[in-house]
Amino acid sequence: MTVTEVSAGWVPLAAALLLAVAAAAASLDGALAARSAGQPLGGGLLTPVAETARLFGQRRRTTVAADLPLQRIGIAGLLTAALLMVAVVPFGRWTVADLTVGVVWFNAMDVLVWAAVWLAGWGPNSAHALVGGYRFLAQALSYELPLMFALTAPAVAAGSLRLGDVVAAQSGLWFVVWMPVAFVVFCAAVAGFSVWGPLGAPAGATTAGGVLVEAAGVDRWLLSVGRYALLTAGAAFGATAFLGGGHGPLLPAWLWLLVKTAALLAVLVALRRRLPVVRPEQLAAPAWLVVLPLVLLQVLVVSVVVVVQA
Amino acid sequence: MLTGIVFWVLAVVAVAAGVAVFRVDSMARATYALAASFIAVGLALLLVDLEFLGVITVLMMTMEMAVMGIYMIMFMGMNPALMPMSMVHGKRPALAVSIGTFVVLAAGALLVPWPTRRGAPAADLVTSLGEAIMESKMLVMMTVSPVLFATIVAALVLALPRGRYDRLGDDLRAGKAPR
Amino acid sequence: MTLQTMLLVAAALFSVGLYGAISQQVVVMVMMGLELMLNGVILAAAAFWWFLSPTPDGQVLLLVVITAMTVEMAMGFAVATLLHRSRQSDMTDMATDLSR
Repeated sequence: MTVTEVSAGWVPLAAALLLAVAAAAASLDGALAARSAGQPLGGGLLTPVAETARLFGQRRRTTVAADLPLQRIGIAGLLTAALLMVAVVPFGRWTVADLTVGVVWFNAMDVLVWAAVWLAGWGPNSAHALVGGYRFLAQALSYELPLMFALTAPAVAAGSLRLGDVVAAQSGLWFVVWMPVAFVVFCAAVAGFSVWGPLGAPAGATTAGGVLVEAAGVDRWLLSVGRYALLTAGAAFGATAFLGGGHGPLLPAWLWLLVKTAALLAVLVALRRRLPVVRPEQLAAPAWLVVLPLVLLQVLVVSVVVVVQA
Repeated sequence: MLTGIVFWVLAVVAVAAGVAVFRVDSMARATYALAASFIAVGLALLLVDLEFLGVITVLMMTMEMAVMGIYMIMFMGMNPALMPMSMVHGKRPALAVSIGTFVVLAAGALLVPWPTRRGAPAADLVTSLGEAIMESKMLVMMTVSPVLFATIVAALVLALPRGRYDRLGDDLRAGKAPR
Repeated sequence: MTLQTMLLVAAALFSVGLYGAISQQVVVMVMMGLELMLNGVILAAAAFWWFLSPTPDGQVLLLVVITAMTVEMAMGFAVATLLHRSRQSDMTDMATDLSR
């Protein structure tokens, strides 16, 4: 199965698809929230619509001596990074950008989130928001290196940084089967750069919403959509790099990718309410002393398997 | 044609952002101006087919500048309000030296009769780079890795105020660090 | 886009960085100047690589430049932290100078 690059005219459609899946994730989260609150599920499912309507009717909040340009860059950055991330993911037979270094590209885009979240926290000139921004960087230092090595594993196994080749290499056996550690670490890192669930401390309740605290109206909408879009882009990449991408019986490749992305996304959304929030400074020691060596071992195992097979 | 336009846009962004680093009056803006300059150069590398190195530049420099921003603010004691700052010494000589350097370098770039291109780029540049690193140029990488390791150790030794014996006691059993 | 134009842009980046590295008083700002100089070096190396000799060796050189940059940053941060800790008053003096 070869991957062909589609013309730029398809880019809006790809972006709309990402946003649609992200909206579905928000719906699921709303439904889960409604269930845990003992309310009817129907209202919860409409959460994205209701929130959008509410936030678009709300005024933007301005703070004293805010650094507006940097704040705007940060707020728009999350969604931008998510869109750029998903650009290299092959959607069945098509892809928006068939980069030879797709895996590294994904990694570079997730690093843009560092800048975006910190700027969104720095911009408003507000203590809680700034604390949120710093917390994100502290947390990012913990998840980024394990993420990099987790991304190395599928690239080594496929012998290529191109995502089309990574998918093609999984025609027999999905990578998740023989690199489970890398997959779990990758999923944790997706939660990390989406400021999600257990790694959601930068936007957590302990700082009254952290980086979100001063964002209202369109700004808050963009930040929330950006987080869901990052989660979706991460799930799409995970489905491509570890869950076999478009490989599967009967259904067409693009539908398989969509199904796998949705499944991984649903798991990530569901885990949000199951796991406690980890304080960033508690994360550093386990991430560097336990997770990083484990991922390195995983890469070693993968490398040995590749060498033995060749 | 399109490549030329894109290159000039990136060049102007890179240089303008570079100048902005020393002209803006906010630490955060200075840091992220430098990040913008690096991202523009990283994207310019994509124009000459250096996909891996271009993306790596964007990746590393965004990360570095995010960390750099923290150091800038930590050591300069600034709040997010825009505070005028002017901490330069010898501005005139520095300006003269840098303009002189630019003139010399530019003259060199324009006047030296550069040879014509020898050889053609490999079909798959990423693979050729990987093979170079792991085969003919392996010694370079083997030198780089101990240098990087020594850097990590040296930087930690310099920067850490307290070692693990301070935190955990002589027998390393004191449990959690005092706060 | 020719070799000359790319080198000119690289020279401009290098010179701006040199100005910063010479004129700035604060360690971290000096580091930013050095970074900008290395940014110019990266662009110049890429130009030479593409227009003169597009072999894998040039790519390795670029990789080494980027590595040198990380080493510079790591050591710079470490020294800046050490300076700040050992001469705290000195640095706060510098910060009060800001308001003048």
